[in-house]
Amino acid sequence: MAIFSNTASNIANRLYRGVRLIRRVEEELARIYPSDRIKSPVHLSIGQESVAVGVCDALLPEDFVSATYRSHAAYIARGGNLRAMFAELFGKAAGNAGGKAGSMHLIDMAHHVLGASAVVGTTIPVALGYALAIRRRGEARVVVAFFGDGATEEGVFHECLNFAALKRLPVLFVCENNQFAIHQPLEKRWATDRLCERVETYGIPAARIADGNTDTIRAKTQEVIGRMRTGAGPAFMECLTYRWREHVGPGEDYDAGYRDRVALEAWQARDEMVRLGEQLNEAVRARVDAEIETRIADAVDFAESSPFPASEELYTNVYAD
Amino acid sequence: MSTQTDPGRVLTYVDALREAQAQEMARDDNVFVFGLDVDDHRAIQGSTRGLLEAFGPDRVFTTPLSEDAMTGVAIGAAMAGMRPIHVHIRMDFLMLCMNQLVNMAAKSHYMYGGQVSVPMVVRCMIGKSWGQGAQHSQGLYSMLMHVPGLKVVAPSNAYDVKGCLATAVRDNNPVIFVEHRLLYSTEACVPEESYTVPFGQARTVRQGDAVTIVGVSNMLVECLRAAELLVEAGIEAEVIDPVSLVPLDIETITASAGRTGRLLVVDNAWTNCGASAEIVAGVVERASRPVMARRMGYAPVTCPTTPVLEEAFYPNPVTIAMKANEMVRPDMAAWQPDPEHARLAHQTQFRGPF
Repeated sequence: MAIFSNTASNIANRLYRGVRLIRRVEEELARIYPSDRIKSPVHLSIGQESVAVGVCDALLPEDFVSATYRSHAAYIARGGNLRAMFAELFGKAAGNAGGKAGSMHLIDMAHHVLGASAVVGTTIPVALGYALAIRRRGEARVVVAFFGDGATEEGVFHECLNFAALKRLPVLFVCENNQFAIHQPLEKRWATDRLCERVETYGIPAARIADGNTDTIRAKTQEVIGRMRTGAGPAFMECLTYRWREHVGPGEDYDAGYRDRVALEAWQARDEMVRLGEQLNEAVRARVDAEIETRIADAVDFAESSPFPASEELYTNVYAD
Repeated sequence: MSTQTDPGRVLTYVDALREAQAQEMARDDNVFVFGLDVDDHRAIQGSTRGLLEAFGPDRVFTTPLSEDAMTGVAIGAAMAGMRPIHVHIRMDFLMLCMNQLVNMAAKSHYMYGGQVSVPMVVRCMIGKSWGQGAQHSQGLYSMLMHVPGLKVVAPSNAYDVKGCLATAVRDNNPVIFVEHRLLYSTEACVPEESYTVPFGQARTVRQGDAVTIVGVSNMLVECLRAAELLVEAGIEAEVIDPVSLVPLDIETITASAGRTGRLLVVDNAWTNCGASAEIVAGVVERASRPVMARRMGYAPVTCPTTPVLEEAFYPNPVTIAMKANEMVRPDMAAWQPDPEHARLAHQTQFRGPF
């Protein structure tokens, strides 16, 4: 069941639905987490939903996305199976990977979610590989590689920019710049914050969207992907955003001393979930909210009532037949 | 392409390798070959020569010096249904790919619950001789043998390299394909038509009853030469080529070692935590009677360039024969093969260019 179904008649409705679903899914995960029923570290995207939603809304069903360990938002925005996701986090057999992957390796090939990795930067070249295959087959589809600001410090990121530009691969690089790598702020990691300039030197057009506005992100994505489908080669977007919760886990960590609430409050003051919700008729919004609660409850029930994998499953899928 | 098989056709290792790639590319449009210099005039010592002309730049292309990313690209392309062959002119450069090989290639099928598979081949060459030294001569395959999800193969002759390459390309898993530079010019009878050599099936290259000698990659050749020397001491050695290290045919080796009671594993790498350690442990765990086991491999140092020290770094037919003799006749005085015979048995030294 895709979240952007045809029943969502207009863009505002779809975008609100996406942001709201991700927010509520993750709040539910945070609520359940202390019960220890979730058998996986979780990296929540609360506060960062607009990037995944804005980008994914501009994609066609046949396009691909790849993500990082903070992947719930992209997975959900792309229409990844919610029941399978909850089952995976609960370690159940009905999960995406039968409980072997947990939160950090979500994949849903049926919805063209290419998977996610716990090692920073590792999925970027894999996304390029898909793009290479797409180009070889002469297809018009595109690949979106989501990653964080930390990944841009990895050598492989620069190797990928060069190769994608050299081969004019249909890849949209999306940096979700939440300004922290685990607990390290940008100021301690970057000599300058001119990331887009750095990227442009590879011959890749780059855009910076600083306000986290879902509509802006969506419009920019549409623009660059439209060009990409006609063979224009890769593009880059740096989307500033903010992680409201701790690096890993369900809680907040503003008492840890590495950041303060002032920045959070600035982002919360322009919460996209609130802004997009206000664009909807109140009755419509209530209906959407209720639908979302039903879906989440269904997914949680499904995960809870599903069996754990049989112990023999330990040995399956080590090698492909 | 011939319609007749000439079983007597002799081909070099490098030509067999090239022929296998060409045949696999002709058979399957999803196969492509990429890596630094694959389309160069030198073409990875000639192993990819002619492929560009035959299959075009979309299927045979060089890369930036970006081993990490290029490995990820191969993985992604493989997940998307292609069958890439990623080529490295030296195995040492795989260190730049370890993150992708270990964290992504090996694990994707498992950690994604079987939703994707990674049918890719990583070709890499071990160097030796002509002072190739510290970073051009390492046999680093045991690092990759350690990780579930990878297959590791190290063919020692032209027949096996052709069949194993076809098997590797058709395998739905990442296969680390280890070649040795000194084997490139060696010849064997190689059928012209395409064929496969199965993984997980060791090859008993020489039969004997006194000692089982296992040689990995180029060391198989040295072990065969040692076996010839041992004949003058009245010792018949059984020589086994594991061919593939993962999966490893430990049963064939165990059965042989059980018969001879003695197992000497000669690796083209360091012995510490290496393929030889794995083979010995596998045999000891399975053998129904005690087996005397010994290992040989690189000296536990970085490979030096000066010929005198490089010579001492590697096992050779003389040191292998002496070790085997010592195992068979532990109570007798040390034996050395006839120097002239040993000289003839010793491999021709590679003189470059590298």
